[in-house]
Amino acid sequence: MLAKRIIPCLDVKEGRVVKGKQFVQLRDAGDPVELAMYYNSEGADELVFLDISASSEGRNTMVEVVREVAAKLNIPFTVGGGIQSLDNIKTLLRAGADKISLNSSAIANPDLITAGADFFGCQCIVCAIDAKWNPETGTYQVYTHGGQRATSWDAIEWAKRAVALGAGEILLTSMDQDGEKSGFELNLTQKISEAVDVPVIASGGAGKASDFLDAFQMGKADAALAASIFHYKETSVANVKSFLKQKGVAIR
Amino acid sequence: MIGIVDYGMGNLYSLSQALKRLEQPYFISDEPSVLEKADGLILPGVGAFKDAMGLLNEKHLNEFLRKFAETKPLLGICLGMQLLFDESEEGSLTKGLGLIPGRVIRFSGISDDGARYKVPHMGWNTLEFITPESPLLKGLEPGFAYFVHSYYADLEEPATLIAAADYYGQVPAVVGKQNVFGAQFHPEKSGLFGEALLKNYLQLVKQNSDLLIQNQQSGKVGS
Repeated sequence: MLAKRIIPCLDVKEGRVVKGKQFVQLRDAGDPVELAMYYNSEGADELVFLDISASSEGRNTMVEVVREVAAKLNIPFTVGGGIQSLDNIKTLLRAGADKISLNSSAIANPDLITAGADFFGCQCIVCAIDAKWNPETGTYQVYTHGGQRATSWDAIEWAKRAVALGAGEILLTSMDQDGEKSGFELNLTQKISEAVDVPVIASGGAGKASDFLDAFQMGKADAALAASIFHYKETSVANVKSFLKQKGVAIR
Repeated sequence: MIGIVDYGMGNLYSLSQALKRLEQPYFISDEPSVLEKADGLILPGVGAFKDAMGLLNEKHLNEFLRKFAETKPLLGICLGMQLLFDESEEGSLTKGLGLIPGRVIRFSGISDDGARYKVPHMGWNTLEFITPESPLLKGLEPGFAYFVHSYYADLEEPATLIAAADYYGQVPAVVGKQNVFGAQFHPEKSGLFGEALLKNYLQLVKQNSDLLIQNQQSGKVGS
């Protein structure tokens, strides 16, 4: 039986792991390779590295980080953040990333999804969507540039479009829930999961083990991602997985 | 020595690092004259079947791989496994290497009871050992393996099925016929289970190479 995946996310800036609360206020917290191996030993099913470097030096450092991680890690990992071109995609995949995730650049240049999928297969192109509830329009609005710029896209429509263009997976982050530790955005997760035929990763808001259960059962997510709670050891991947197992969720 | 077939499709770095972790010497090449020196080959690959076969044909690897597999082991991984079959319906119907009988077809995305399901089949799935006595499964307990694929092999000979996963029906996960083996999942990304399976393949390659040397030597004595 296909297992639900638990995915720790590591935000990397200039080669070091950090984690922000609602995309600001960074705290430096470690070496990416060591943390990757730690999460692997804890039973993580996959990892996501998000490069939040501002400089081109930082981005080059990320390629080195990817190469070092790929040399040691025997589970899959995704790299996202600041990927602008097919060349960037090629560089990261050749450095050993299994998938890359596109966010702002996919909105700006949707053809990039198709170009990447044509070249390496859709399984390695993840479309990352940052969404925020807009009470005025009653829709979930897509934001780019680390949540700073609103777009005119509705999250569900954009998810469908991204999959039609060739995305093999959706990484959905709720900006409303991110950093709040009060649970994933279940309504939107479920809507998107039912709207597309590719796997959906729920992200933003995990605070405790039962939040993951909700993401899978109510949100219909295929995987769930969290950063802070694992990172600051408020709970562990192993704890979350044993809780889910008890509840009858298919877990590796 | 293991040869990794580099025909321009896929992530050779992860696979080569996995061999490094197993302390297995390897080389990477797209030249039949170089690859033929290997004791066994690994054919990796992600991407589209048609592009992959195009490149294999262009680099004269199609004919070479079929000849190589007559005497030495070949392991195809993911798309590399699919290429071992007669043909694939991905894109337009495309001829494969024809080393294992069967056709590569797409997950329908609709289950027997009419419900939609997700394609690609992505993530960790449990394996069922169909042929537990296969040298590839030696000493292994059925565990989780990491899959990412939208197409799967529809086998013509049930005896070629070594292990299977269940994803809205039986999905061939490990196949084999004589010297030719295939893994639909990524052993290099499947944790300790994947590593153990790779190790079994390396062991099989070594045994085959020892046997070939032995036969050569006894052949010389005989003549």
